[in-house]
Amino acid sequence: MSTTTHPRTDQAPPPARRDAAGAARPRGAGLGGRVFNGFSHLFLLVWAVMVIYPLVWVVMSALKSDSEVIRKPLSLIPDTLRFENFGRAWGEGHLGAFFLNTVLVLAGSVTLTMLLGSMAAYVLARYDFPGNRAIYYMFLTGLTLPIYLAAVPLFKGVYNMGVVFPLLGPNKHLMLIVVYVAWSLSFTIFFMHSFFRTLPHSIAEAALVDGASHSRMFFSVMLPMAKPGLISIGIFNVLGQWNQWYLPTLLMQSVAGEPKHQVISQGLIELSVNQGYKSDWSGLFAGVTMAMLPVLIVYIVFQRQVQSGLTAGVGK
Amino acid sequence: MRHGVARFVTGFLALPVALYLFYVVWPFAQAAGYSLTDWGGYSDRQNFVGLDNYVRLLSDELIRKAFWHNVFFLVTVPLFTIALALFLAFLLNVGGREDRAGIRGVFGSGFYKIIFFFPQVLSLVVIAVMWQQIYRSDNQGLINGLLIKVGLVDADNPIAFTADPEPFLGIPAVLWWLLLIAVWSGAGFYMVLFSAAMQSIPKDIYEAAILDGASRLHTFFRITLPLLRDTISVAWVYLGFIALDMYALVFVMTPSQGGPDHASEIFASVLNFTAFQKGQFGYACAMGVALAIFTILLAAAQLRITRRERIEF
Repeated sequence: MSTTTHPRTDQAPPPARRDAAGAARPRGAGLGGRVFNGFSHLFLLVWAVMVIYPLVWVVMSALKSDSEVIRKPLSLIPDTLRFENFGRAWGEGHLGAFFLNTVLVLAGSVTLTMLLGSMAAYVLARYDFPGNRAIYYMFLTGLTLPIYLAAVPLFKGVYNMGVVFPLLGPNKHLMLIVVYVAWSLSFTIFFMHSFFRTLPHSIAEAALVDGASHSRMFFSVMLPMAKPGLISIGIFNVLGQWNQWYLPTLLMQSVAGEPKHQVISQGLIELSVNQGYKSDWSGLFAGVTMAMLPVLIVYIVFQRQVQSGLTAGVGK
Repeated sequence: MRHGVARFVTGFLALPVALYLFYVVWPFAQAAGYSLTDWGGYSDRQNFVGLDNYVRLLSDELIRKAFWHNVFFLVTVPLFTIALALFLAFLLNVGGREDRAGIRGVFGSGFYKIIFFFPQVLSLVVIAVMWQQIYRSDNQGLINGLLIKVGLVDADNPIAFTADPEPFLGIPAVLWWLLLIAVWSGAGFYMVLFSAAMQSIPKDIYEAAILDGASRLHTFFRITLPLLRDTISVAWVYLGFIALDMYALVFVMTPSQGGPDHASEIFASVLNFTAFQKGQFGYACAMGVALAIFTILLAAAQLRITRRERIEF
């Protein structure tokens, strides 16, 4: 309501009606509005608790001793804060190694995904050549195919590759980087394709007239203009690859008896499966907390970018 | 000049296309080929069996079960997630006050939006391991522990959650419990999505409606909902993909990955079991191809049904 003089009332009635119908209606609407708002708050609060309570419970359980986890599983306040659980999960639980592996892989894979994905998307979106549509649809089809179907041939392919180029074999960081890039291309290209389409042609023409080469135009004109899109798809890829569990479980298997270079999701699954034997509950909670907190903190700091980035990924 | 363009295009496309062909297309193509053989996956021996695997699929009891479970998720995950997300977005936006700056949302809506979005940034594995603890079938579990404390659940007979094959409304209980996790983790994201869409609806439309005496509920059902149609249909397609891929939850949370007693089998779990435990790789590939065809048909159908002229504002 642009004309309202009572910004605090909910849905202030239009001025004409307020003058004509007197006080009865505004008061009724106000009361109904207040009941409604109370109800809104109640429900929103309930859902907020349902989201937060389990998370807080996990973090707090990570600070308890094992016996306390069993004796008082529900309490949110540990008797004493036992930070050594984290040390145990980090060292004996190998979470430190998982983190290092994940960061190493993601540093390479996200960078390469963004670079190769936007290069391909740009060419497919702005240049006309025979086979353009075919290549574009080939990438699109990848969005719908179930990854499980490709599992065994993919493993065989990687294994054979490793015989020729050891760095691209199973259980190698570089291999996982390359595989992540290949499997992330579909959505990245799909997203950036529609983005490059919307960029104005006039600037591109001006750059060409000024004698810029095609690749120079891409790197110094088009990429900077596509920055909002790049941020969105970048966030999407970071989260998606950080969360990937099937590909590492399949491909980061130890072949010649060397220890597995597990990434975080893969490691957590194994940690939780092994609980049946070791029952280090507080260690497990500490592991989950450590996998969860960095992402949550990054999200809280950059929440606006993350929200708009991820929703833009769907909205396109 | 023409020559330069050709070189540029090839240069930019060569590496992505090569990677994609080797790591994505080629494995799929091989799998399609294997689906016509009786290959076990470990030996080199394989015989061409034509469409036998596909014929076998049609009469496979387990696959039929898994198929219906997939259909269950395909219907319920989008339905419940979108309904809840819409409801939350509605409470958040329309429930609030309006002023010069447009719809403001209720007090604290920014705070709610941050909180509700939490599950979206957590990995499916973290969520699954966390819920495994919440769902524990003794007093250590969060839900059982709470319910036993308030006396709603007998300590000797706690809720079994994902180990419970008993049907509820004709569907094994374990599937409902998995559904709850999927809705819990998805609702916040779509709430933010719908919320953004609601705020982009120009407020003079609402002003006109309120002038005409429309109530809050009226404006929601007659204005907001129809104008959100595009966003909702996109959300439906995405949630459909998520529903087809409940494998992470089934893998981490259910006994023997699809149990108990096959009550939570889905396509992906049967496929993985057939390929890696039973060693019938050719047959597993046939399942995968069937699933792929099903997915593509579904995506095409959804896009066709939900396509409509856009309303620009």
